[in-house]
Amino acid sequence: MREIGDSIQDRFRIRFAIRLALRESSYGFRRIGVFMGSIALGVAALVSVHSFRADIARSVQDEADVLMGGNARFSHDRPMPPPIAAVIDSLRETGAGLARVTTTMSMVSAPRSMEVRLLQVRALDKGYPFYGDVTTSPVNRWGAHLDPDRALVDPAILTQFGIQVGDTLVLGLSRLEIAGTVNGLPTDLAYQTAIGPRVHISQATLERSGLLANDGLARFEILLQLPDIEDRRGIRERYQDVLQVESVNYSLAEEQAERLSNGVRYLARFLGLVGLGALLLGGVGVASAINVYIREKRQAIAVLRCLGAGQATAFVAYLIQAAMLGLLGAMAGVAIGVLVQQQLPTLLGNIMPVVVTTRFSPTSALAGLGIGLWVSLIFALIPLLNIREIPPLAALRHDFEERNQRWDRAKLLAYGLLGLSIVGLCVIEAPNAEIGLGFALALALAGGLIVLVGSGLRLVARRYVPASSSYPVRQGVSNLFRPQNQTVSVMLALGLGAFLIGLITDVGGNIQGDLTRSFSTGRANMLLFDVQPDQVDGVSGLLPEATRQYLEATPLVSSRIVSINGRSVEDLLDEPTSDESPRRFALGREYRNTYRERLGVAEEVLAGEWWDDAQVPGDSGLQRTDGLAHVSLEEGIADALRVTLGDTITWDVSGIRIPSIVLSLRRVDWNQLEPNFYAIFEPGVLEQAPQTVVILAQVHNDAQRARVQRELIERYPNVSALDFSRVQEVIENVLVRVRQAVGFLGIFTVLAGAIVLIGSLATSRVQRMREGALLKTLGAKRAQVLTVLFAEYFALGLVATGSGLILALGTGTILVPWIFEITYSPQIGALSLIWLGVVGITVGVGFLGSIDLIQRPPLPVLRQTPE
Amino acid sequence: MIVAEGLQKSYTSGGRPLPVLQCIDVEVAQEAFVSIVGPSGSGKTTLLGLLAGLDQPTAGRVYLDGVDIFGLSEDGRAEFRSQNVGFVFQTFHLLPTLTAIENVLVPLELKGDYKGAYDQAEALLIRVGLGHRTGHYPAQLSGGEQQRVALARAFANKPKILFADEPTGNLDQATGEGIIEMLEELNQVSRTTLILVTHDMALAERAHRVIGLVGGRIASDRPGSVIR
Ligand SMILES: Nc1ncnc2c1ncn2[C@@H]1O[C@H](COP(=O)(O)OP(=O)(O)OP(=O)(O)O)[C@@H](O)[C@H]1O
Ligand SMILES: [Mg+2]
Repeated sequence: MREIGDSIQDRFRIRFAIRLALRESSYGFRRIGVFMGSIALGVAALVSVHSFRADIARSVQDEADVLMGGNARFSHDRPMPPPIAAVIDSLRETGAGLARVTTTMSMVSAPRSMEVRLLQVRALDKGYPFYGDVTTSPVNRWGAHLDPDRALVDPAILTQFGIQVGDTLVLGLSRLEIAGTVNGLPTDLAYQTAIGPRVHISQATLERSGLLANDGLARFEILLQLPDIEDRRGIRERYQDVLQVESVNYSLAEEQAERLSNGVRYLARFLGLVGLGALLLGGVGVASAINVYIREKRQAIAVLRCLGAGQATAFVAYLIQAAMLGLLGAMAGVAIGVLVQQQLPTLLGNIMPVVVTTRFSPTSALAGLGIGLWVSLIFALIPLLNIREIPPLAALRHDFEERNQRWDRAKLLAYGLLGLSIVGLCVIEAPNAEIGLGFALALALAGGLIVLVGSGLRLVARRYVPASSSYPVRQGVSNLFRPQNQTVSVMLALGLGAFLIGLITDVGGNIQGDLTRSFSTGRANMLLFDVQPDQVDGVSGLLPEATRQYLEATPLVSSRIVSINGRSVEDLLDEPTSDESPRRFALGREYRNTYRERLGVAEEVLAGEWWDDAQVPGDSGLQRTDGLAHVSLEEGIADALRVTLGDTITWDVSGIRIPSIVLSLRRVDWNQLEPNFYAIFEPGVLEQAPQTVVILAQVHNDAQRARVQRELIERYPNVSALDFSRVQEVIENVLVRVRQAVGFLGIFTVLAGAIVLIGSLATSRVQRMREGALLKTLGAKRAQVLTVLFAEYFALGLVATGSGLILALGTGTILVPWIFEITYSPQIGALSLIWLGVVGITVGVGFLGSIDLIQRPPLPVLRQTPE
Repeated sequence: MIVAEGLQKSYTSGGRPLPVLQCIDVEVAQEAFVSIVGPSGSGKTTLLGLLAGLDQPTAGRVYLDGVDIFGLSEDGRAEFRSQNVGFVFQTFHLLPTLTAIENVLVPLELKGDYKGAYDQAEALLIRVGLGHRTGHYPAQLSGGEQQRVALARAFANKPKILFADEPTGNLDQATGEGIIEMLEELNQVSRTTLILVTHDMALAERAHRVIGLVGGRIASDRPGSVIR
C-alpha cells in the first residue's frame, strides 16, 4: 500500500498539487467562480427533486395504514365467495379487527329539493376506519351512520342537492336522515371527494334498502386490523392459492400506499430529468470556464514545467482546483435545493395523495453533492487534458505556436467517460431506461447540432456579414468569436437551455391539449345509462339542441358465456384448475357486450381483423355459412378465458344461444371515460336482443346540465345520469399543477444558461474593456459602442435560442406521436414567447455586464497591461 | 558539466525546413559562468531551451551531469529539472497567484522537500533583500523585486545548473547589474553552473566565457574580459 502511495506521490506530486491548488483557489474562484453558479443551480434542482421524492415516499408510507383505514384488505367485485368467507371467519377467531366496506352506485333523491343524482353509497361496519380520525360536522358525529336509517354524507352532496343536515335522502327502499357531513375521512385522497361525493351508511341500512340485489357496480371490501406486519404477510402466503382461484384481491396497506404515490413519483422522476438538464448545462459552463482558465494559466503552467513539474503534476493541480470549485458549487446547490424542496409540495398542492411533509434528506443532499462534483469534474476533464500539451518552452517564448490539439487515448477516454456519465445519469434519473436513453440521445443530438450551428455562424460571420452593413454591426458580429468569449460554449448552454424549456413547453402543451380534448371541451361530460332503446330519441330530445350532434349512443347487451369451443362452462368449472384452464371469474361473470361497425377511439386491433366498411354484414360468405357471429375480444379477457383467434364462444343472451367466433383481439385503453367492452359483436346479430343504451353527451353549461338531470328524473326515472364535469375539473387542476412544477424547475435551466453567459462576460471583460476604449479613442460615439454590443448579444441570443427551439420543435414532432401517441400540433405561440424572452435575457445580461466598461474613460483602460 | 553534441534544430515553416541551430558542439565545465550573446534571431533562446531539455532537438545530444537528457521521457526530464536545474526568465514569470514566498516554495515542494521548506524559502528571500516582502503578490512588487524573487526561486532547489534568458532585459541598467551581481554571488556560493543569455555586452563580459552565436552557429567562443 505504502509503496503504491509513494509511487503515486512520485508521479503526481500530489502534495505539491494540493498545496498549489489551495494557494491558487481564491484567485480561481474570483476568476471563474461565477460559472459554478450554473452547477449550483443544477444541483439545487436535482437535490430538491430527490428530497421531494423521499418526502413523498416517507409521507405516504407514514400514512399507509391511515390511507387504507386498516392494515390490509380483501376486495372483490361480488360478495366474498365461501372459501374466502371461511378464511375471514378464522381470522375473526384469532382476534383480528374486521370491518366491511361495501361501495356501490345508486340514484339518490332528496325529496325536499327534488334533486336526483347518481351517487356513491358506502356501507360500513363499526370500527372503520381503524386508523386516523374522521372529522364531521356537527363535530363527533362519526358513528351516526351506524344507526338504522341515518346517513352521513360528503359536504358536496348538500350543496349539489340544495339540502341541509337533518333533511331526508331516498335511497332504494329506504328513507335516510342526514345526521351530518363527513368533512375529512383519513382514507381519502385529497381530490377524491370531488370525483364522487358519497353517502355513508351502515351495512344493515344497505341491506334494508335492497340496493345490491341486481348490481354489477358494487365493490366488496373487508379491512383488517393486523398491526403485526408478519401476520398480514402471512395471510397472503397461506391463502395465496384460494385467493387466486377466487380472484379475490388481497393487499397490504404499504402496497396500496406505494401504488397511490406511483403517479406522483413518476412525475417527480420527470422533474428529475428537468433538473438533470439544468445540471448538464452547468457542466457546459464548467467546461467553458476551465477552458478559459487553462488558457490564461498557460504561462504559469509552462513555468511550472520548467521548474520540474511533470505533465501529470500540473494536470492534477488544476484538476484539484476544478474539483474544489465543483464541490463549492455543489454545496451551494444543496443549500438552495433544500430551500426549493420546501416549495415543491406547495406547487403540487392538492394533487398529492397525502399531506407531504418536508424533511432534510441526507441521501439526497449527498447524492446532489456527488453528482454535482462528478459532473463538474467530468466536464472539466476535457479542457484540463490540454494542460499536458503546454510545453515548458512556452515560458521562454510568449508567442509559441499552439500545438495542434491531439487526439490521444486519454482524450478519447475523457469523452467516453463524459458520454457514459451523461447516459448513466439520464437513465438513473428518468422514469425508465428508455426515456433516459431517449433523453440522453436528444441532448446529444441537440448539443451536436447547436455546436454545428455555432461553428456555422462563425463562418457566416467571417464571410457573409454584408460589407454594406454598418461598421458597429460587423464589429459586433465578429466580436462573437474572440477566443475568450467562449461563444460556442455560451451558444451550447443557451441553446440547450432553450431546447429543454422549449421541449417541456411543446410536449407539455400537446399533452395538456390532448387531455383537454379527451376530458373536457369536445368530449363527453355526461353519461346516461339504463336508457331503453325506445327512449333514446326522447332522452336525446332533452339535451340542448346544439349538443345533440355530439351525442353517442351505445347499446349494452347482457350476456353470459355458455360454452367455449364446444365445452360447457359447467364442465370447465368442474375441471381441476391448472394454468391452462380458463379463469373462474371470467367464465362465471355477466358480460355487457355491444355491437358496432367501427373501432372505438380507445381501441386498437392487435390480431385478426375488424369488420370494416368493405365487409358489410351479410356480404362475407364465411360468417353466414358457418352460422357463427363474429366477435372481437379484449386481449386481457381473451387471455383469462384462454381463447384466441378462431376459437368459438357460445353466449346466452336472455335465453337465446348465440354461437360466435373470435375474429380479432383488441387492446383497450381503459383510462377513458367512454364505455369500453370486453366483447364487441359485429352489427347484424344482436340488434333484436334485449338491451339498454348508454348515451354520452356533451353539455358544457352547468345550468343546462342540472336541468337535463332534473327533467330526466321526471320523464325517464329509470335512466341514471353521471356527471363527469367535476372529474374533468380535477384533471385540469392536476395538469395545471404539473405544468407549474415542471415550468418552475425549467426556469433553473434557463438560469443555468444565463449564468454561463454571465461567466463568459466576466472572463472576457478585460478584453472587451480594451476594445471599447480603443473604439472610443478612435472616435466612436457611445451609441456606436452600444450598437456593437447589441449586435453581438442579439446575434448570439437569436441564433442560440432559435436553434434550440427549432430542435425542440423537431424533437416534439417525433416524440409526441411516438411516445405519447397523440397527434402533434406545434406550440408556436408559446415557443415564440420563449424565444423573445431568452433573447431579451441574453441582450440584457450582455448590456448590464458591459455598461460600466463603456462608461470608463479610455486612457486608464488602455494603460493597464493585459492580463 | 554540460555537453552538447551535434545539436541541430530546425522548424518547418511553409512546408520547408528552416534551420535555426546548426551543429552546435559545446562543453561547459562544472561551476562555470558562461554567457551567450548574439543578434536577435540568432538562436540563443533556442539553444538555451535545448540545453535545458525544454524542447526536442532535430539532431544531436545533450548531457547534463553525464545524463543524456533526451534519452529521458518528458516527465523524466521534468524530474531531472526539479532536482538539478534552475531558471530565470526575462519576464520574471513569477506565478501571479502565489505570494513571493509561495513562489520560492514551488521548487522545494516539487522536489518533495517539505520539512523546513518554509524557513529555507524565507532565508533565500532575506538573502535577495526581500525578507520584509514575503507575503506580497508579484503584482505588488516592482520588476527588479520580482526578478529577485525569481532568483530566490531559481536557487531554492540548489540547482547544479542555472539557465537565465535575458534576466535583465526588462530592467534598467542599475537594477540589472544588481541582479547579475546577485546571480554571480549565488553562483559562487552554491557552486552552480550558470548559463546566461544577454544582449548587454557589459554584463556578458563578466562571465568566464562568452559564446557568440550568429545565424545558428557558434561564431566566437572566448573568455570574458572582466578581470576579477
Ligand atoms: N516555433 C518556431 N517556428 C518557426 N520558427 C521559429 C520558432 N521558434 C523560433 N523560431 C525562429 O528561430 C530563430 C531563432 O529564434 P530564437 O528565439 O532562438 O532567437 P534569439 O536569438 O533568442 O532572439 P532574441 O534575441 O530576439 O530573443 C528565429 O528566427 C525565430 O524566428
Ligand atoms: Mg531570445
